[in-house]
Amino acid sequence: MQSLNFNQIWRYQDHLIEGLITTLQLTAISTVVGVAIGVLAAMVLRYGAAPFRVAVAGYVGLFRNTPSLIQLFVVFFVLPDLGLKLPSFVAASVALSLYFGAYATEIVRAGLDSVPRSQVEAGQCLGLTRWQVYRHVIMPPALYNVLPSFSSQFALLLLGTSLASQISVEDLFHAGSFIESRTYRSFEVYAVICAIYLALVLVSKAVFALLGRLAFNWPMRR
Amino acid sequence: MRELSFPDIASLLQALPWTVLLVVLALMVGAPLGLGLATLRTSRFAPLRWLAAALLQSVQGVPLLGLLMFVYFGIPVFLGIEVPALVAVTAAFAIYTAAFLGEIWFGGIRAVKHEQWEAAACLGLSQWQQFRHIVAPQALAMSLPPTVGFLVQLIKGTSLASVLGFVELARAGQIVSAATFQPLIVYSFVALIYFAICLPLTRWGRNLERRLHGAR
Repeated sequence: MQSLNFNQIWRYQDHLIEGLITTLQLTAISTVVGVAIGVLAAMVLRYGAAPFRVAVAGYVGLFRNTPSLIQLFVVFFVLPDLGLKLPSFVAASVALSLYFGAYATEIVRAGLDSVPRSQVEAGQCLGLTRWQVYRHVIMPPALYNVLPSFSSQFALLLLGTSLASQISVEDLFHAGSFIESRTYRSFEVYAVICAIYLALVLVSKAVFALLGRLAFNWPMRR
Repeated sequence: MRELSFPDIASLLQALPWTVLLVVLALMVGAPLGLGLATLRTSRFAPLRWLAAALLQSVQGVPLLGLLMFVYFGIPVFLGIEVPALVAVTAAFAIYTAAFLGEIWFGGIRAVKHEQWEAAACLGLSQWQQFRHIVAPQALAMSLPPTVGFLVQLIKGTSLASVLGFVELARAGQIVSAATFQPLIVYSFVALIYFAICLPLTRWGRNLERRLHGAR
């Protein structure tokens, strides 16, 4: 049994901070691009022609039923073969965005489906335009309904960015492996790394909960 | 550099049982732990509830890769003991499984209306009988779809054991890819195997969910 010694780790705090920034960047990019893909793909599923719907369903099925790690490998190792050589950060962003996009598609779809058809019709009866129906009738309850699942999927993405370290993106997890290789303090290093991820997840959950409370503060009973 | 040949594909298929073994071991150890955590989470004694909630939340807030590294490298180094690789990997995946299944099953138990407990109590059933015969069957039905969903997540998650050098499907893919320089075919094939296992489960989970909501 060793005694705990965190001192050596703090000497590498620059690595931890740089890694943390990379992790946050990767998460932010994948979230924004993923949500954009999700909205677009859900719209195709709802209104698109049959061949497009099949293509989107295939994309969602493929990315939800294969390991994220393999997706990263395919983007990182296979695309250069096809003549597209991407730096590891870009490759990880592409892979994680596509991964998150598949889950976002399901979330957006579920949100749109959660609004009863009768409410849309009621909106139309009031003479609202198609956009107004979306903006005022469908969007608010749909967003409210999917916020919990979006929040937990976001947490999974945040944690999943650690896989990018396996294609040599220098993220928080990569910083951890580097420090471990220098200090041999595996217990302390991975405890600290895990604690940082946990703190990030807890903060993100709190932010989403706050968002839910601030943005959707109308009385709602169901 | 050499051509991709049949033995390469065969070696991928030979690694598949190890993936299955990891999943089975994780479930065998993790599921009972998860059930324990779920029941602790509903305990009448508040500190036990808090403890269970903290355990569930902290494991779910940690990357699976970090959990693997911590259990595989961190704990044995700290304690100064040798742990067989399979034991360490199983422990990590079991902890992961217990946390997610515990959360899902707790959700299922909580979703059963409180009147159900009271009605069962009125019939003179003991606390255990109330849970066993009245609440658990309903909770099980409600938590089955997300449980299947987690199973898919676990199967995909076992690919991370490759990072530790554990030769399961993903690691076998890396080895064959490195030997043949044909990542496109090899990784596509590996992805296809995972896909072939996970897609039916995903479909099953969705059907269960549809049936559950259709019945209500």
